[in-house]
Amino acid sequence: MNTTINTTTAVSTSLSLSQRLIAGVLALMLGLTLLVGTGFAGDFRLHNGAHDTRHAMGFPCH
Amino acid sequence: MIRNLFAAALFAALAAGLLTAAIQHFRVTPLILHAETFEGEGGHSHGEAAVVADHEHAPGTAEHSHADAAASTAAEPEEWAPQDGFERTAYTTLATVLAAAGFALVIGAISMFANIPITFANGLLWGAAGFITFSLAPAYGLAPELPGMPAADLFARQLWWVGTAIATGAAFVLLAKTRASWAIAVSVALIAAPHIIGAPVAPDEPSAVPAHLATEFAAITLGTSAVFWAVLGTLFGRLNDLFAARSAATPIGAIA
Repeated sequence: MNTTINTTTAVSTSLSLSQRLIAGVLALMLGLTLLVGTGFAGDFRLHNGAHDTRHAMGFPCH
Repeated sequence: MIRNLFAAALFAALAAGLLTAAIQHFRVTPLILHAETFEGEGGHSHGEAAVVADHEHAPGTAEHSHADAAASTAAEPEEWAPQDGFERTAYTTLATVLAAAGFALVIGAISMFANIPITFANGLLWGAAGFITFSLAPAYGLAPELPGMPAADLFARQLWWVGTAIATGAAFVLLAKTRASWAIAVSVALIAAPHIIGAPVAPDEPSAVPAHLATEFAAITLGTSAVFWAVLGTLFGRLNDLFAARSAATPIGAIA
């Protein structure tokens, strides 16, 4: 992120291991939160709000 | 870089999610509404009883009269649900876009962990793997389900669904990294295992939903998912390429 100590070139393709791990963990946490909220959560508000999406996307619903 | 990944994932998810929501609106939701007309009183409840039972007052909360509450939020029955029509469509669209973002971020995370960039060139492959992992493999054991169809215990099905997705997805990541013969054997085992264990079996009851509705629903939801994943993977890859090229063109140090 703000530690741009990348050696001049090829910022685009090769990321360092730590960069990939940080990005991966953040993306995984947010992504799973969204999927659990829309597809799996038992709370009736989330269930009813996302009801048709759950059926349409093939999540177990009822 | 993290910003690029999130931007690409979220823009791709927004586009793929909105397209999918449009297809759902015209082809999928009508079938759900139709199926709901067959849901008998003897069928499952949406949890009305549970809501009443759960209704406890937190310590310190003032006693309130339920008549007042009902009067103040006139249209709210004991359990909230979006009203049919615009409100329901809006919630479904929102939920589909959020689920799309969830899927996009999850495959983005996998691409980071596995060190396999999602590009325009391989985006369709990512989409195909996502479709098989999150739609086809779970549906192979748990067919897309309409309201009113008999089904096994919800938690057991959710567990099987998640386990199947993880095993199937792991097989694809492994195959993408190596085609060694042991990897192929492990992948085949990972893909087959959930189906050998077997999905929770629905009780042998007559379904309230006519068979032709159920088959139509299964075909259309799987088809819609295929479109969703193809668009998501391709677009995600295209945006990744675009953002990477832009970052590379930026002078060093210009972007924090």
